Amino acid sequence: MRQPLATRVGRHAILLIGSAVVILPFLWMFTTSLQSRAETYTNSSVLPTSWHWENYVHAWQAAPFGQYYLNSIVMAIGIVGGHLVFDSLAAYAFARLHFPLRNTLFVVLLAALMIPTFVTIIPAYTIVANLGWIDSYAGLIVPRMADVFGIILLRQYFSSIPVELDDAARIDGCSRAGTFFRIIVPLSRPAFATLAIFSFLFAWNDFLWPLLVTNTDDVRTIQIGLSAFVGRYGTSWNYLMAGTLTATIPSIVVFLFFQRALVRGIATTGLKD
Amino acid sequence: MHSTVRPGRHAPAGPAPYAERKHARWDREQVLTAAAFLTPALLILGVFVLYPIVNAGYISLTSWNGFDPVKQFAGLDNYVRLASDPEFWNSLLVTAVYATGVCVLSVVSGLAIALLLDAPLRGRGFYRGVYFLPAVTSSVAAAIVWKYMLDPAGFVNAVLAQFGIAGPDWLQDRWLALGALTLLTVWKNIGFNAVLYLTAMQALPVGVYEAAQLDGASFWQRLRYVTVPLLSPMTFFVVVQALITSFQAFDLVYVLTGGGPRGGTEVLGMFTYRTAFRIGDFGYGTAIAFVTLLLVLGVTLVQWRASGSGRADR
Repeated sequence: MRQPLATRVGRHAILLIGSAVVILPFLWMFTTSLQSRAETYTNSSVLPTSWHWENYVHAWQAAPFGQYYLNSIVMAIGIVGGHLVFDSLAAYAFARLHFPLRNTLFVVLLAALMIPTFVTIIPAYTIVANLGWIDSYAGLIVPRMADVFGIILLRQYFSSIPVELDDAARIDGCSRAGTFFRIIVPLSRPAFATLAIFSFLFAWNDFLWPLLVTNTDDVRTIQIGLSAFVGRYGTSWNYLMAGTLTATIPSIVVFLFFQRALVRGIATTGLKD
Repeated sequence: MHSTVRPGRHAPAGPAPYAERKHARWDREQVLTAAAFLTPALLILGVFVLYPIVNAGYISLTSWNGFDPVKQFAGLDNYVRLASDPEFWNSLLVTAVYATGVCVLSVVSGLAIALLLDAPLRGRGFYRGVYFLPAVTSSVAAAIVWKYMLDPAGFVNAVLAQFGIAGPDWLQDRWLALGALTLLTVWKNIGFNAVLYLTAMQALPVGVYEAAQLDGASFWQRLRYVTVPLLSPMTFFVVVQALITSFQAFDLVYVLTGGGPRGGTEVLGMFTYRTAFRIGDFGYGTAIAFVTLLLVLGVTLVQWRASGSGRADR
C-alpha cells in the first residue's frame, strides 16, 4: 500500500535528521583531525581552513601506533581463528551428537553467558598471572579462543541443515567427524562468515581484558594505546582525532563490506555486546 | 547403523532422529567424537570462565590483595562492609539512574527508528548502515570523540553559542556527565535496538493490522493497541539487554569521565575495576561484582514476571 507523499517526505526528514545526529561525531572527528592545533581551539569553522594531512604522520610518530596495530591484528587473528575452529566443533557436538549430559552442559554454558564479565575477570586475571602470561600474546588470545555466543550461533545454524544429509553420509560410510568436515562445514559458510565478523569486531574493539593483561607497548592493542594517548596528548585534539580515526577505520571497513552478514547475525541471535 | 531416512525431501529443521532416540546404549563413535570435539572449547571456557565463576565466590569471602599466596578467609565481611560503604551506595544510585535512562531511551529510540524503517522505503539500506555505525566503532573511539565534543570549547558548546547560549562544562557536573554518558550509550546501541525491533515487526501478522484498519483505528491507536503489545517480548529482550549493558558498563565510562566528577559517573563496573585493580582489594572487588550479578538476575526476574503476567491478562 502506497503511502501519501507527505508521510513519505516526513519519514525521510526524521530519518535524515537522526542520521545527521548519528554521523556528526564521525564527521567532526575527521575534520578536527585535519585542523591545525590553533584552529581546534577557536572552532571558527567545521571544515579546516587548511588541510593538515601531516597530523596523521605526527600522531603516528608520537605513539607506536604501528606496533599497536600489529598487536591488534595478531590478537584478532588468534581469536577469530579460535572461535571458528573450537566453537564450530563444540557446536556440532551440541547440534548433532548424542552424548551423556549434553543438555546439562549446554544449559551450564548458557547460564555462564549471563554472568557479568566482572565476576569472572578477577579470577581469570589471576590465572593468567599465575601462568606467567601477563604482557604476552598468549594472555591476550588464549582465554578468548572459545566463546559461548559463537557456539550458540553455529549450533542454531547447524540444526537448520536437514539431518537427511547426515543420514545419507552415514549410509555412504562417512564417520561422524567426516560428516562434520565434509557436509556441515561446507554448507555453513554464511554462518562462519557471520561469526568471523562478529569475532573480529569483538577482538578489535575489546578494552577491559587487554587493559588488564598488557603493560608495555610491545603487546598493547590499538584501543589501549589510544586510551593512553588521550592521557598524554589530551590537549592536541587534532592528533587525538587522527589517532582515533586510524583505530576506527578497520571496524568501519569490515562493517561496510559485511553489513549484510552482520545484520543477519543480530537478527537471528539477538546478539549484542 | 540406526540412521532413519525419513520420507519427504524437505523435512522440518530439528534435531536428528538418532539424536532424539532415548539412549538404549551410548553409540561409542558418537560419544568419542563428541568428547574430542568438545574438549578444546570446554577446556578454555572451563579454565577462564566456568572455574572463575566458582572461584570468584570464594575470593569474595576473603580479604585478598591479589598477590598474597594466602587468601585470608573473612566470611561475609566484604558483604557487610558493602552495606555501610557510602561509595557503594553512590555507585548503586549512579547505576540505577544510568540503567533507567538507558532502558527507556533504548526502547523509545529503537522502536521509533524501526517504525520509520518498517514500511517500504527508499534508501533503507543506507539508513540502516548509518544507524549501525556507532555500534561497530570501539567504545574507546566513541568516548574520545564525545569527550571532546562535550569539552567547554568543544563542538556542542560551539553550537549552543550560535544560539547565544553559554554551554556548561558538561563533564564537570555530576548529573550532566551522567546524562552525557547515558546518551552516549544509547547513541552507540541505537542500531542494534532498531534492528532487533525491525526483525520482530516484520514477523508480526499482517491480518491484525488490516482488521484494525477496517475498524477505523488511527496510526497512533494501531501503535498503542496492536504494535506495542505484540512487540512486548522483544521489548522485554531489549530492556534486559539494556540493563545488562548498563550494569556491565566500563569502557565508555573509563574513557569519557573515568568515573568522575567526584564519583558522579562511577557505575558498578567502574567501582569494581577501581577497587580490584587500582586499590588492589580483590576480595572486596569480587564481592561488588557478585552483588552486581544478583542485581542483574533480580531485575531480570522481576521484569520477566511483570511481562509474563501482562501477557496472561490479555
